[in-house]
Amino acid sequence: MAGADGDDSLYPIAVLIDELRNEDVQLRLNSIKKLSTIALALGVERTRTELLPFLTDTIYDEDEVLLALAEQLGNFTMLVGGPEYVHCLLPPLESLATVEETVVRDKAVESLRKISQEHSPVDLEVHFEPLVKRLASGDWFTSRTSACGLFSVCYPRVSSTVKAEIRQHFRTLCSDDTPMVRRAAASKLGEFAKVLEPEYVKSDIISLFTALASDEQDSVRLLAVEACVSIATLLPQEDLETLVMPTLRQAAEDKSWRVRYMVADKFSELQKAVGSEITKNDLVPAFQNLLKDCEAEVRAAAANKVKEFCENLPEDNREQIIMTHILPCVKELVSDTNQHVKSALASVIMGLSTILGKDNTIEHLLPLFLAQLKDECPEVRLNIISNLDCVNEVIGIRQLSQSLLPAIVELAEDAKWRVRLAIIEYMPLLAGQLGVEFFDEKLNTLCMAWLIDHVYAIREAATCNLMKLVEKFGAEWAQNTIVPKVLGMANDPNYLHRMTTLFCINALSEACGQEITTKQMLPVVLKMSNDQVANVRFNVAKSLQKIGPVLDSNALQTEVKPVLEKLATDSDMDVKYFAQEAISVLALA
Amino acid sequence: MRVPVLHKQLGPSHRQGEVEKRTVSVGSPGRVARTLDCAACLLSGASDAVIIAPRAADTEAPSPPAPPRSISDWLWRRQCGCGAPNASLFTRLPAPEKMKCFSRYLPYLFRPPSTILSSTCHTEADIISTVEFNSTGELLATGDKGGRVVVFQREQESKTQPHRRGEYNVYSTFQSHEPEFDYLKSLEIEEKINKIKWLPQQNAAYFLLSTNDKTVKLWKISERDKRPEGYNLKDEDGRIRDPSTITSLRVPVLQPMDLMVEATARRIFSNAHTYHINSISVNSDLQTFISTDDLRVNLWNLEITDRSFNIVDIKPANMEELTEVITSAEFHPQQCHTFAYSSSKGSIRLCDMRLAALCDKHCKYFEEPEDPATRSFFSEIISSISDVKFSHNGRYLMTRDYLTVKVWDLQMENKPVETYQVHDYLRGKLCSLYENDCIFDKFECVWNGSDSVIMTGSYNNFFRMFDRNTKRDVTLEASRENSKPRAILKPRKVCVGGKRRKDEISVDSLDFSKKILHTTWHPYENIIAVAATNNLYIFQDKVN
Repeated sequence: MAGADGDDSLYPIAVLIDELRNEDVQLRLNSIKKLSTIALALGVERTRTELLPFLTDTIYDEDEVLLALAEQLGNFTMLVGGPEYVHCLLPPLESLATVEETVVRDKAVESLRKISQEHSPVDLEVHFEPLVKRLASGDWFTSRTSACGLFSVCYPRVSSTVKAEIRQHFRTLCSDDTPMVRRAAASKLGEFAKVLEPEYVKSDIISLFTALASDEQDSVRLLAVEACVSIATLLPQEDLETLVMPTLRQAAEDKSWRVRYMVADKFSELQKAVGSEITKNDLVPAFQNLLKDCEAEVRAAAANKVKEFCENLPEDNREQIIMTHILPCVKELVSDTNQHVKSALASVIMGLSTILGKDNTIEHLLPLFLAQLKDECPEVRLNIISNLDCVNEVIGIRQLSQSLLPAIVELAEDAKWRVRLAIIEYMPLLAGQLGVEFFDEKLNTLCMAWLIDHVYAIREAATCNLMKLVEKFGAEWAQNTIVPKVLGMANDPNYLHRMTTLFCINALSEACGQEITTKQMLPVVLKMSNDQVANVRFNVAKSLQKIGPVLDSNALQTEVKPVLEKLATDSDMDVKYFAQEAISVLALA
Repeated sequence: MRVPVLHKQLGPSHRQGEVEKRTVSVGSPGRVARTLDCAACLLSGASDAVIIAPRAADTEAPSPPAPPRSISDWLWRRQCGCGAPNASLFTRLPAPEKMKCFSRYLPYLFRPPSTILSSTCHTEADIISTVEFNSTGELLATGDKGGRVVVFQREQESKTQPHRRGEYNVYSTFQSHEPEFDYLKSLEIEEKINKIKWLPQQNAAYFLLSTNDKTVKLWKISERDKRPEGYNLKDEDGRIRDPSTITSLRVPVLQPMDLMVEATARRIFSNAHTYHINSISVNSDLQTFISTDDLRVNLWNLEITDRSFNIVDIKPANMEELTEVITSAEFHPQQCHTFAYSSSKGSIRLCDMRLAALCDKHCKYFEEPEDPATRSFFSEIISSISDVKFSHNGRYLMTRDYLTVKVWDLQMENKPVETYQVHDYLRGKLCSLYENDCIFDKFECVWNGSDSVIMTGSYNNFFRMFDRNTKRDVTLEASRENSKPRAILKPRKVCVGGKRRKDEISVDSLDFSKKILHTTWHPYENIIAVAATNNLYIFQDKVN
């Protein structure tokens, strides 16, 4: 009996094991994802002695299988017998840490970092640390890059002699022949610095940092900028000037635009890391230079940071710094030759108004907003419009409405449908800020015009927009302004427009409530069931299904049911299908 | 970074996502049989029919130039033919014999280590279109017009046969590209491999980039010598076991097996080139590479296939104003930010990627002022650069035009530091070379490992070497008759008019259909590989 029971439970596991080497990648992947089930069935002993050796050599597989394997092994500690045996997981992860595919390697390193915490201090020195050394001195750069990510997890928990060795290995990798390894070391420098004793940060890390920051390859130098942030946070303020700032200054003026781009991109982090005094003296001029950089990519990255940079300036003379140093550069960027720079600026410039207050905004920023609203590039205008809420809080949107309207109208009629789509998405926001009167007066016609756009995506977005507007302005407003126009389209000669009526009803019925739906919308829908175009008829069935829950049971039984029953006998099979579906969903059978 | 993104404009490409996997066991010199879509060939017909031969005076596009197959078509006529599908085998020559001769010309005495790899009966598809050593010289790859890549591996030295060290045997063969038809533009995409570039080795596997006119592919060539054995649900011979008899679980065990070499397409970089790709080059940062077509240079990350950055674009707003095309581009061997590209007007531009994201502005411009005395109808055609190569030390640039090889010092832009005549005796025959289209042949050039010798090809299966220090040069011939295994290559001489001495060959009897366009030099040893039509000759420095 016991044996027979065993068979039943073994069979699915046997299938899983066999599928580890199935021809079909998907089956192999499924099996690997259930590796814990297999290990559980095999028991800890056989997992260690049979399964793991097999997995160690399974490095020929597809990336996705290897990725799943690397992830699984990170959670395998209990399945091999707990922390005591966790080192058994090292060989398969070691071989995964040398494959060429970066995602797999990174995942293997992530799992190694995870299981390193489960090693006892002794095991860490006996098993884990030798693995790090092996990888660090491997023949191929793939293993050496993987090693870079492992130093910081084992360093804090090993003896001081081993620590010295680890530091030496890291130093070696920082001056490796291949740029790949130097890049990996540069990107882990900050992380490694965090676990080092303060005296070694000064003696070791700073020299490595300086060397990497002046590497001959700009692809390495740019990564040193990132390390700069973490190193700066570790050092006392008085050391920053001598140890970090020369390198940072050099990076901000690097010959390679990619390094300067990186400085611009990390500017807020740098600013926080070096503190307010250095910011005032050094970073403000550096930021000005980045905003005026000759490379558009750098200017765009810096422009993106304008708001954050200004926000984080020391409060005492923030306004003065912005007005005298930053704003002149921003003014120039408004008329930049590159549209990406302008649109990057447009996405943050509105945020400055909260920092500068009402008077300054009206005097200095408003002209810039207005200029950008008239920009030739639609993306710039869209970015301004999408951030209107910041200005609204400070000066009220009325100040802008004169310029806003032409900008919106122009975008609404843009030849590119993606631009039209983008502005539709901001309509509910704009409506909320401009108020119902302004909307009725100026924007309502636009919203209705989108319903008969020749691009389906626009019509669809327009119906969705109507729903959001009704949610904002209420059912009564809908009844007076929107519903009559929508229902009027039911008689349009174009069947696409007639269908739009149905789509609008689908979207609006819930927001408008039972009364409007029953009294005004339902008769129109029912009338359309006689439409000569089958597409309209089956959409009637779909609409009835959709608005059914809003209607009362009386209307359902007396009005909807007969119509659906008639549609269920329609000559078109799609109409029949959707009518029957509606009948069953609404339980009218 | 968003500026010059080239989005994929087409839908899913024909072979996108399809994993191409071919396996061949080591030692079997087999080539993968290929099939050729003859319908596609017929559709395109012989391309010559629609293209008007340009006159040197007005090399601008003849109008109307529709549809543009390739920009270079507007400037130059291209030979194009369709080979019948055929499968052929490499034949190895019989075992080498010892022979000795002397060469008076170069310190390097080349002789074939018995390796002439060729197909017995060749078709168009068998014509070798590129040849390249990897960074250690242990592997040598060739690509052909049939879209195949053949990788050769150098034999390891063994005690029993010490002299066999240096022989290259087939390691892996795979079909890299297949003929395609672009239905949107109504043009045929040939499978011909235009260039192969090896990546520096990063783990036990080898990686190379291969490209045809439109698509670059990253191939992984890896070995496998273990196979899992043991199933739960079936026996080793494949019989299904009765599930009720399964009382214990079996974990597969890895057993040794015969070495298998697999080639797998790891990445496919497509849909970024409107014109024909003429070169690819891997950056020294090991992260990026460039692919160059007639008008544009695109920068790719080796790990990202759906996006590339256009860094050079010389396409004029009005195609009628087109006066030059890009013919080749290469990264600097050490400086990851520097690359050079050559043009059909005989100039080279050096670009610094640090200065700006878009490298439309060059930072150095190398051009030799034309000598009005030698100006002729053909001046512009023969000054077109067919290949540009940085020296290994990164100090020089070498360019090949129709008649010469020039070496430029990166510090001197106004004239080359060295000029070598490859086949000056053809200067008088340019007219007939124009008639038979040979004047448009694209010869490549290579440096030896120490940058002291230059090699490039010529006609009649001749190839030339120039010693930069001693200024001596030699003409050698790659042919089966003249290069018996283990013999030392005899220098050849071409004479112009007058009396023909013994051993000399007259210009008029040169065979212009036998041309050596592609050669490669081992990265640090004196081993060269020379592609002569469908034959690959590997010559080696004399081993004492």
